[in-house]
Amino acid sequence: MAEAEEPAGDPATASPRPLFAGLSDISISQDIPIEGEITIPVRSRTREFDSSTLNESVRNTIMRDLKAVGKKFMHVLYPRKSNTLLRDWDLWGPLILCVTLALMLQRGTVDGEKDGGPQFAEVFVIVWFGAVTITLNSKLLGGNISFFQSLCVLGYCILPLTVAMMICRLVLLAGPGPVNFMIRLFVVAVMFAWSVIASTAFLADSQPPNRKILAVYPVFLFYFVISWMILTFTPQ
Amino acid sequence: MAAVDELAFHEFEEAANLLVETPHAATTCRSDQLTSQDHVAVTVGSSVGYGAEEVEEEGDKTALLQEEKPQPGFWTFGYYQSFFDVDTAQVLDRIKGSLLPWPGHNFVRHHLRNRPDLYGPFWICATLAFVLAVTGNLTLVLAQRRDPSIHYSPQFHKVTVAGITIYCYAWLVPLALWGFLRWRQGARERIGPYTFLETVCVYGYSLFVFIPTVVLWLIPVSWLQWLFGALALTLSAAGLVFTLWPVVREDTRLVAAALLSAVVLLHALLAVGCKLYFFQPLPLERVVPSLQAASLPPNILLPPTQPHPMATS
Repeated sequence: MAEAEEPAGDPATASPRPLFAGLSDISISQDIPIEGEITIPVRSRTREFDSSTLNESVRNTIMRDLKAVGKKFMHVLYPRKSNTLLRDWDLWGPLILCVTLALMLQRGTVDGEKDGGPQFAEVFVIVWFGAVTITLNSKLLGGNISFFQSLCVLGYCILPLTVAMMICRLVLLAGPGPVNFMIRLFVVAVMFAWSVIASTAFLADSQPPNRKILAVYPVFLFYFVISWMILTFTPQ
Repeated sequence: MAAVDELAFHEFEEAANLLVETPHAATTCRSDQLTSQDHVAVTVGSSVGYGAEEVEEEGDKTALLQEEKPQPGFWTFGYYQSFFDVDTAQVLDRIKGSLLPWPGHNFVRHHLRNRPDLYGPFWICATLAFVLAVTGNLTLVLAQRRDPSIHYSPQFHKVTVAGITIYCYAWLVPLALWGFLRWRQGARERIGPYTFLETVCVYGYSLFVFIPTVVLWLIPVSWLQWLFGALALTLSAAGLVFTLWPVVREDTRLVAAALLSAVVLLHALLAVGCKLYFFQPLPLERVVPSLQAASLPPNILLPPTQPHPMATS
């Protein structure tokens, strides 16, 4: 069982690789079983769980997804140049946000049907078809972002506007007035800017430089429309 | 590995020599050269599948090097991508061209130059539809500030109406116009009319001037609103007429005059219709008594409005 050590003299590798250095040392004999695990270092931990997610408890599954969604919320609130939103996209967060926003925005049925704010379905359609249209536009202009990644980013960046909606509803409880309107205008404007900046930070890099504005303008329009719906919300 | 390096080096030299000798037949010779290199590359170490892909890839590249590339079918994504092949500078240039029409200045020939795009028409229509709805609503807000008895509501259905109107106008009218010009061109066999996309482009970019006009319509002075409207309509319709003139010039005077006046009339109808529907004229006779009422301290006005919970006041 002589094990010669010659990691430096190996012609195939230019620099010593600690992980595989031991392979050249193994000599086959009856005593050593030729079985084991060669683990390749993985980038994302989800790969390891692939085989074992079937047996885990429901709580684990749900908590894992919730944690992923929460992590992405943090990335939206503090936009940095990181790839987490893009790499591990999911559509749970956008769905939760869209449903919350649509529920808060829908008009009461008691009021005149014709003249009120948007219905639940209208908000839903605007958000999802708007996001799909912007994604298609971005891809047609030659962007190299995938369809669902873009949907994921656009959906998650609605978070600041959903927060603005909650604040507006709270402020509206205090009663109408010009000061009331000014506060709501300020909050919505700040959150609108936050949404646009957050989504641009993720999406602008995927476009060639001479088309960035063409790809970013529809995002601006999209969040502007949502901000308008939030600002004109009147409780009945 | 050294062998592969040698092969790559040779490939460049021989291809370059062949290009110098036979510039016109360069593509076919180059593809032969590359396929022979690829066969050798297959034996070095790559799989057969990779080798086949390489050959296909080189074949595609050589096809692109030729003068005309085959148009991708309308069911492929690449077909639609060719309509969005514009840069920011080009879109801005086309918008400027639509804002400043000039008698000899054909929008299609000067600005589009055989590369119509769908980005401009689509997003200009979307912007116009939303701006119409938003400013129409803002007009109601401003009216309500002056006359607190007006009930404010978000009027979200106007977004739907605006969207449908603008998109139908910007896409169905060019379709009708294009069809009509094709039919007349069949009788004339003269200068070819514009393609459908070019017509859509002309109409789409001509609607751009209405976006600032609609925003300016917030100013509640009636004659100023009509002035702005007339100005925008003139610019927009002039752009359309100057672009269509070279095509209808060869036709009979009756048909040319009828076509151009129909185009201008439809455009005017759109402008006036939008103005009247989204910006309902303020009831002027009520403005005077509300001004007198406004001179009272505001807290006297507030109690009557409490039953209507307003978002803005």
